[in-house]
Amino acid sequence: MAENVFEFTDQNFESEVLQSGSPVLVDFWAEWCGPCKVIGPVVEDIANDYKDQVKVGKLNVDHNQQTAMKYGIRSIPSLLVFKDGSVYNQIVGSVPRERITKLLEEAL
Amino acid sequence: MNRKVIIIGSGPAGLTAATYTARANLKPIVFEGMQPGGQLTITTDVENYPGFPEGIMGPELMDRFRAQAQRFGAECVMKQVTKVDFSERPYQVWVGDTLYTGEAVIISTGASAKTMGLDSEMELMGYGVSACATCDGFFYRDKKVLVVGGGDSAMEEATFLTKFASEVWLVHRRDEFRASKIMAKKALENPKIHVHWNSVIDRILGTRETGVTGAILKDTKNGSTREEICDGIFLAIGHRPNTDLFKEYIDLDSKGYIQTLEGRSLTNIPGVFACGDAQDHIYRQAITAAGSGCMAAIDAERFLESHD
Repeated sequence: MAENVFEFTDQNFESEVLQSGSPVLVDFWAEWCGPCKVIGPVVEDIANDYKDQVKVGKLNVDHNQQTAMKYGIRSIPSLLVFKDGSVYNQIVGSVPRERITKLLEEAL
Repeated sequence: MNRKVIIIGSGPAGLTAATYTARANLKPIVFEGMQPGGQLTITTDVENYPGFPEGIMGPELMDRFRAQAQRFGAECVMKQVTKVDFSERPYQVWVGDTLYTGEAVIISTGASAKTMGLDSEMELMGYGVSACATCDGFFYRDKKVLVVGGGDSAMEEATFLTKFASEVWLVHRRDEFRASKIMAKKALENPKIHVHWNSVIDRILGTRETGVTGAILKDTKNGSTREEICDGIFLAIGHRPNTDLFKEYIDLDSKGYIQTLEGRSLTNIPGVFACGDAQDHIYRQAITAAGSGCMAAIDAERFLESHD
């Protein structure tokens, strides 16, 4: 996985995401999802640009169903921004880069 | 930024046009749009693309199309064209505030899944309403879902969804399917698939917090309504060409498909060519899209030769 992109799991979600001091962008994805492959590189790119302000990572819904279910994920890719332990805002589907950065700017 | 060839769209048609124009040394730029790789990126196994006897996954096939175009110097950019002006050459193509000009333009913007046009549907898209069973079926393990439509893609989605869902109900406005016999038979013989005949969805129930919780179905014969509880609704009611951007300049048919000269890729504007699903409402296959992309590339090359 690219530098600056974390891998979130059911096990580390509490410590890495919910207890994070900075906002966290979580990309819910899976291997079999075409649109996820499209947005993946965009998220990696954003991770580099925002590395000092935001934590960015991916969560594979196949392997981490508990977390996906907890946040009511029904469609992927789903991008959720967490701030202070809860969902701050979210976006579903493959969207242009500007819409994702706007999401982050709002949370900062 | 003046280019010899600008290609708008990156499905099998656009990327084939890119490979051909790149090999002809026309240095094409491809604006990939919102769904780089096109509709095949939301499919799973492609079993009928020639040259892949074991089948290939849709997204992988499109990665290969792109790699092939790039090998000959096509520039593929993950950007969405927002405006065009075809009133004079070189033609103008905008991406936001950035202007590109092209001596020739190839339109390969494809088609998108149609929606029903309900407010509740837009509100809940991604929250229980989906146009992509292969993307979202996974989240409906042991749940009950509706599939709207009566064509081949509705049968395919319904059959696919039985891998996860406990019950799949097709919702169809008539009392028989438009799907091919073999697809309809396969769906109807599946014990998990049931049908609401003569029915349309009038309203979808639920909120973004709860997700979809049900739908109000309306009987197309007598107009009566009934409530149906479900966890998800999948749309398979056909496709609509992505041609709104061009309608001011390019002749479209009544359904919005670009009109091309019979057997060619020429549009009403010299130097603007169209290929793939944006101009094909009949075949709509990866292989026919690729074939028409090749035609557009050769037509563009000849046009440029005779005009430079």
